[in-house]
Formats: sequence, C-alpha cells, structure tokens
Amino acid sequence: MAEYETHEYEVLVIGAGGAGLRAAIEAAAAGVSVGLICKSLLGKAHTVMAEGGIAAALSNVDDRDNWKVHFTDTMRGGQYVNNWRMAELHAKEAPDRVRELEAWGALFDRTDDGRILQRNFGGHRYPRLAHVGDRTGLEMIRTLQDHGIHKGMAVHMECTVVTLLKDGPRVAGAFAYERERGRFKVFRAKAVILATGGVGRAFKITSNSWEGTGDGHSLAYHAGAELMDMEFVQFHPTGMVWPPSVRGLLVTEAVRGEGGVLKNSTGRRFMFDDIPDLYRAQTADNEDEGFRYTQGDTNARRPPELLTRDHVARCIMREVKAGRGSPHGGVFLDISWIKARLPNAEEHIRKKLPSMYHQFKQLADIDITKEPMEIGPTTHYIMGGVRVDGESQMSTVPGLFAAGECAAGINGANRLGGNSLSDLLVFGKRAGEYSAKFAREQKPPAIDARQVDDAAKRAVEPFERSAGNEGPFQVQFALQELMQDLVGIVRSEAEMRRALAGLEALKQRADRAGVAGHREFNTGWHAALDLRHLLTVSEAITRSALERKESRGGHFREDYPDKDPAAGTFNIVVRKNRDGGMDVVRTPIPPMPAALKAIIDEYK
Amino acid sequence: MPTTATFRIWRGNAQGGKFEDYATPVSEGMVVLDAVHQIQADQANDLAVRWNCKAGKCGSCSAEVNGQPRLMCMTRLNQLNLDEPVTVEPMRAFPSIKDLVTDVSWNFRVKKGIRPFKPRPPDAPDGTWRMQQADVERVQEFRKCIECFLCQDVCHVLRDHKQFDGFVGPRFLTYAAALEMHPLDEERRARELKTTHGIGYCNITKCCTKVCPESITITDNAIIPLKERVVDELYDPTVKLLRFFRRK
Ligand code: SF4
Ligand code: SF4
Ligand code: FES
Repeated sequence: MAEYETHEYEVLVIGAGGAGLRAAIEAAAAGVSVGLICKSLLGKAHTVMAEGGIAAALSNVDDRDNWKVHFTDTMRGGQYVNNWRMAELHAKEAPDRVRELEAWGALFDRTDDGRILQRNFGGHRYPRLAHVGDRTGLEMIRTLQDHGIHKGMAVHMECTVVTLLKDGPRVAGAFAYERERGRFKVFRAKAVILATGGVGRAFKITSNSWEGTGDGHSLAYHAGAELMDMEFVQFHPTGMVWPPSVRGLLVTEAVRGEGGVLKNSTGRRFMFDDIPDLYRAQTADNEDEGFRYTQGDTNARRPPELLTRDHVARCIMREVKAGRGSPHGGVFLDISWIKARLPNAEEHIRKKLPSMYHQFKQLADIDITKEPMEIGPTTHYIMGGVRVDGESQMSTVPGLFAAGECAAGINGANRLGGNSLSDLLVFGKRAGEYSAKFAREQKPPAIDARQVDDAAKRAVEPFERSAGNEGPFQVQFALQELMQDLVGIVRSEAEMRRALAGLEALKQRADRAGVAGHREFNTGWHAALDLRHLLTVSEAITRSALERKESRGGHFREDYPDKDPAAGTFNIVVRKNRDGGMDVVRTPIPPMPAALKAIIDEYK
Repeated sequence: MPTTATFRIWRGNAQGGKFEDYATPVSEGMVVLDAVHQIQADQANDLAVRWNCKAGKCGSCSAEVNGQPRLMCMTRLNQLNLDEPVTVEPMRAFPSIKDLVTDVSWNFRVKKGIRPFKPRPPDAPDGTWRMQQADVERVQEFRKCIECFLCQDVCHVLRDHKQFDGFVGPRFLTYAAALEMHPLDEERRARELKTTHGIGYCNITKCCTKVCPESITITDNAIIPLKERVVDELYDPTVKLLRFFRRK
C-alpha cells in the first residue's frame, strides 16, 4: 500500500498561471470548495513572461474596433480551422475580463483621457492590446494572485500531478507528489480543470520554462480525453540567439509594434519581399507608411514585420538559410533606427520596452537603444490541446475541463499575439463556472486504491533502476534535439517518420533512466517523471503533423508547401486506443452559422 | 575567460550541510544558473534549485553568490572572479529545504495578512475608472516586483533579528505602499502597518533597495512615504495640529 495524504475539493485546478488562477477564482465565487495545484511557487507560472498585452476590443484607442473585428482577425489568423464558437465567445467577453482585472487592482497604461491604453500587435487590425509596458503578464498574474488568495481557495505549491484518477468514465481526482519532501498526495475532486500551459520543453530552442512539459495534454490523453490540433505549434519569430545560454528567450513582438524592423546581413528589410495575398490589402508597401502605423496613424497600414508569427518566422528562416543571417544564426531586429524619426527616441524605447532593454543589456551586453538585436525563431506556444466544448470547456471525459494553452480551439492553426492572455481570462472563467456547476450536480467520485498504488509504484521506479544508468536529463536533451531537428518549423514526411522511430527508442531509454538520492526536492527524479508527458505530446505532435498533408498556420511542410482547401474542413484529433496506441482521426469542423459567416465577409 | 571554473555549492538541508566543489566548463555569455544546471545535469542530478524564466522575470532563482544576494539567472560569469571558486548558497534568512532551495512560505502567509485592494466606486456609468498615466506610474514602480524576496533576505530585521512575527519586511511594505498609493484604493491600512506589519522596525538602512533586481527604490519611494502616512493618520490630534501649522 502506498503512503499518501488525501485532500478533497469539489473543484481541483491543476496549474496556477493565468487560466488556472482565473478558473479557481470563478469556481470559488460560485461557492464550491477549490484546490489549486501549482508546479512552482504561486505567481511564478509562465504567464509572467507574457509581455505584449491582452487583446480585447475595448475600442479605447480606435473606435472602429468591436468584437466582430476581433473575431474576424482571430479566425483569419487561425486560418479558419478554429473552433468558431470559442473565437466568438472570446472576442465578445475579453473586454469584460480586462475591465474586471482593473476592478481587482491591475494598473494598465492609460490613454490621455484616462482610460486603458491599447497597442498595435501582429494580426490585429486596430490597436487592441491592453498592456503595462512590456510586463503585462506579470501584472495579470499578480492581480489574479493577490485577488485569489482572499477568495478561500487552498493552494498547494510545488506540487506536480503524475496521473489523473478515474471512477468509471468520469474523472475522480489526481495523484501527485510535492517537491519539498517527495511525499505523495491524492486529490479527490468532482471536477478537475487542467490549466497546465504548454509543451515548449519538447523542443531544444524554446521560450518556455522547465514547467512546459505538456503535463495537462498528457494527463488528459492518458485519462481518455482527446487532443486536437497538435500539429499546430507556434514558433515565435523573435527569440534571442546569443549568448547560447539564453537562446530561445522571448523578445516581445511589442518591439515591432513600437516600430522595430527586421533586417538581414545586407541591411535589407526583407519582410517587404513576401507579403501573403490574404494580408496584402492591409499591409503597408513602404517604410514610411509602416512607421506611421506604429506611431498611431489610423490611416496607415501596418508594416510587414507585424504579419502573423508563422509567416515572419519562416521569412527569417529563409534569410538565414540563404546565407543572409546574422553572425549567430539569426537576423537583426532594430528599434534604435527610430532615432531618425523621433526626438527622445532612446528614452522612449526604455520607457516602452523596459524589460527588453534590461534583458539585452544584462544578458547580451547590447544596448537596444543604440544597436540592433540578433534574433531568430523560438518554440513558443502550442495551439493544439485538449479538445473541449466551446461553452463549458469540458473535455470528452466527464468532469475533466481544460483552459488556456493546454486546451485547443480558440487559436486554430496560428495564434495572434495578445490572444493568449485574453484566452486565459475568458476560458479560465468559463471553466471555473462550468466546473462548479458540474460539481454541484454530482456525487463525490470513488477513489480506486489500485489506481493509486499503481501510480505510486510507477512514480518511484526511477530510484529502483541503477543510478549508473543514463540520467533523465540526457534523455530529455536527446528528445529536444530530435523534435527540433525533425518536427520543427519546416517539416517533411521522411523526417517525421524518422522522428517516430526515434521517439520509440527514447521511450525505452526513458524506461531505463535512473536517478540517485532521495525523494526530497530531487530535480533529477522530477525530470524523470516529466519524460512520460514529453514523450506523449511529442508523439501527438508528430502523428498529427504527418496526417496534415498541407501547410497552414504554424504547420509548414516542405513536401506540401501549399494550403489545401479540403484540409480546411477538418481538425486532427488523437486519442488513446484500447491497446495503448495512439489513434489519429480527422474530425469535420461543424458548419459555421450564417451570422458569423456574414461577419467574416464584412470585416475580412 | 578560463575554460573551466569551480563552483562551491552549498549542499544540505534543514539538518545541516556543507559546501562542495564542482568544476564545470564555462563559456562566454554564461550566467551562474547555467553553471548550476550544467552541474545538475552532468554531476549531481539531485541538486535542488528553483528557476522558471531564466530572464529575471519570475523571481525564482534567488541565492547568494559570493555572499551577494542575486538572481542566479541574471548574474553573468564575466562579472565574477573565476580564478577563485564561486560560492553559491541559498538565501540565509529563510529556513533551508535542500541545497539552494529555501522555505519561503512565510512570505505567502504574510501577504495574505495585508488588507486587499478595495476600489472606490467606478467613475463612469459603464463601470470603468479614469486614471492619469502620471498617477499610475508611481504605483507601477512597485508593481514591477517579481517577488524574489532578496530584499527580505538582506533586511537585518529579518535576517539577523528574526522578527518574522512582528515585521512584514521590505517586500510587503512595498506591496502595502502599492495598495495605499493606488489611485483607486480606499482601504485604510495605517493602524496595521504600525502594529502587526511593524513598519517601525525599519530604520532605513536601504540594504533592500540596493539588492532589488527590479531597481525598485523600496526605501525612498515606498517605505518612507508609508511611514509618513502612518504618522499622519495615526498620531494624536495635537501632533497633527502641529504639523498642520508647520506646513502653513
Ligand atoms: S531599509 Fe528598512 S526594510 Fe530595507 S533593509 Fe533596511 S531595515 Fe530592512
Ligand atoms: S521588491 Fe525587489 S528585491 Fe524585493 S521581492 Fe520585489 S523584486 Fe525582489
Ligand atoms: S529564473 Fe526567473 S528570475 Fe531567475
């Protein structure tokens, strides 16, 4: 019999970034008991890294904006394979969610008449992002955290869920360990919300922290839920490339929003060279117009640097491959050039982009007010995730909900910058609300002691293997290398077949990886347990990407470089079959109601 | 820069521990956290260390490097003398958990004890407020805080005098200042600041300000104005009257 302590809640939230916190606040407000599990300390989640802002059609800066335009922008950005109902709800509800943050103490930058200021961002037609300099994510998570701790939720910090528990078809809770002592915890809950964020750690170059190992994706999958759109991974065009230790670290899109331009080694602004037809009408065709747009001229069209992330990332790759890259394998991003146009440009840059200034100065000895940055694409975000009902965020497993990055639907094939923070708020709230409703209607589930024993036994296995074996970090590095090389920005059938074979071999290496020491705060052990999640999501990404024989959004295949209209009618779904293998199925996208279609026709 | 350097890392737990030396390859651009990770991956899988962002934004990787309270992810090796071993030890003001990880849970309890934000009624019929940029900027400085707790680590009231029961520390005085100076907030915290939060313990040594990685001017901008506010709101009417006349 395994030893563990038991906790009981009506709603259990796994993950305490923006989505998890917002969900927990909502569920607590609905009057049910709430447990909140965070993998790190409270307030350290990856949401703090979000820089640009929260997209919401408040129309404080440009009164032509409204939810319909935001909806249309989101669908266009997602290349029309989004869950249109989620895109609609998101666009409609985001403004209220932002105003609510202000009521809870968030302090956004202001317009001259004292309202919330909004800035331009890639793929958004009008200035739409509520922001605080370039540390909006910190403001958001701190606001939610400081509000949430007074709402009666029980917080379990530095606690990692290893597996979900089930009672027949429904979810019954979770089996976890706490990092400090390595002790096991069993959570019994009527409803469970996954809000675990992304999978960036499956790739070598990533902006994600150690936490981004696809836990929620994998927990849901192994509990019988479906994952959707896993082929759509977002490679953010601007990550740091030097020094090596910070390779992948995000450079906010706001740099381009404030007038930053991309140049190759010949000094050419190469983004003007390839503007997709879908965006031609809205994109500036000369440098002057582009600059005016970034300075708030509502009659100007946006510069090509602000095209969607997938496109900009591929243009950068093209320049690098053609030998026109920067010394460390990226291209140049220059904001200092605005000196030529603005008085006080240096101060303006420091004020608008304080943490970028700080980051480059401290980590790369670069003063961005004086010289260009070197940047290149970095794995940033996964559009795919747990397949959920658009209204309630419930997965195909009764009682199991998902919100934020680990849920699929809102973003389709590509996410617009700024839509992530608003997604966390809108669907975090919905998941909290509907999970509380679900929980109130249910009897407590039963915990199956056998499932718990199995989970406990599996969890300590790495200690029973010889510590002389290969360590878990080496397996993790090999996996990251493999995914980066074979399932990265540019994909092909042959490479992905090799990736599948490689993943099979890595599974066996993971099963042999041993760790030394004790269970107290043992990072090697934690890494060993995360491997299962990383392997699961890597396989899901690869199999889904093989199945999508076209290029769309974040998914680019050199053997199928064009978009195939026929492939725009389905999403790819993976689920676990009876034998433990992974099934891949094409699932038709339900037809869009005429009213939404009309909106897209009007605003596209 | 040499090609290898030695890191003298504290290994142990609440029961005790000792420094151990690890030699590891170093290269240009590396930070202390990189070296610690390298050691963890190659030589000491079970070495406990907290980190998340590697960009000075989450405040997880606080430690004492050559005796200085620092974020390991923002401490470049080229700022250190690598001819000598670099000592890396946990924050000493907090109880040890293991290796570089300390028990900072006290901070989370303290925060809960501070009265939360309470806004005035909305300014506009649509439920929104109007605030000027200049007014929010003052508070935005405090809201940059990444809760690394380095200021708590260095404050002598906590570190040396262990006043964990009577003093909330510079981090939470800054937090209280952010609330008190928030343009919309209407809550009153002066009495508690004086009593349970122990603002009087602070004797303005400014050690906290010096170590803050976010360059928040903790003492001058947060604590001193807060002390004045407490005096203004709490002291007996005669003092108030005196001040009133003095101001005239
Ligand atoms: S100024 Fe006050 S709070 Fe800061 S370190 Fe000194 S005594 Fe502590
Ligand atoms: S005030 Fe500065 S030193 Fe103190 S916790 Fe915040 S960021 Fe860290
Ligand atoms: S890892 Fe986030 S501050 Fe160092």
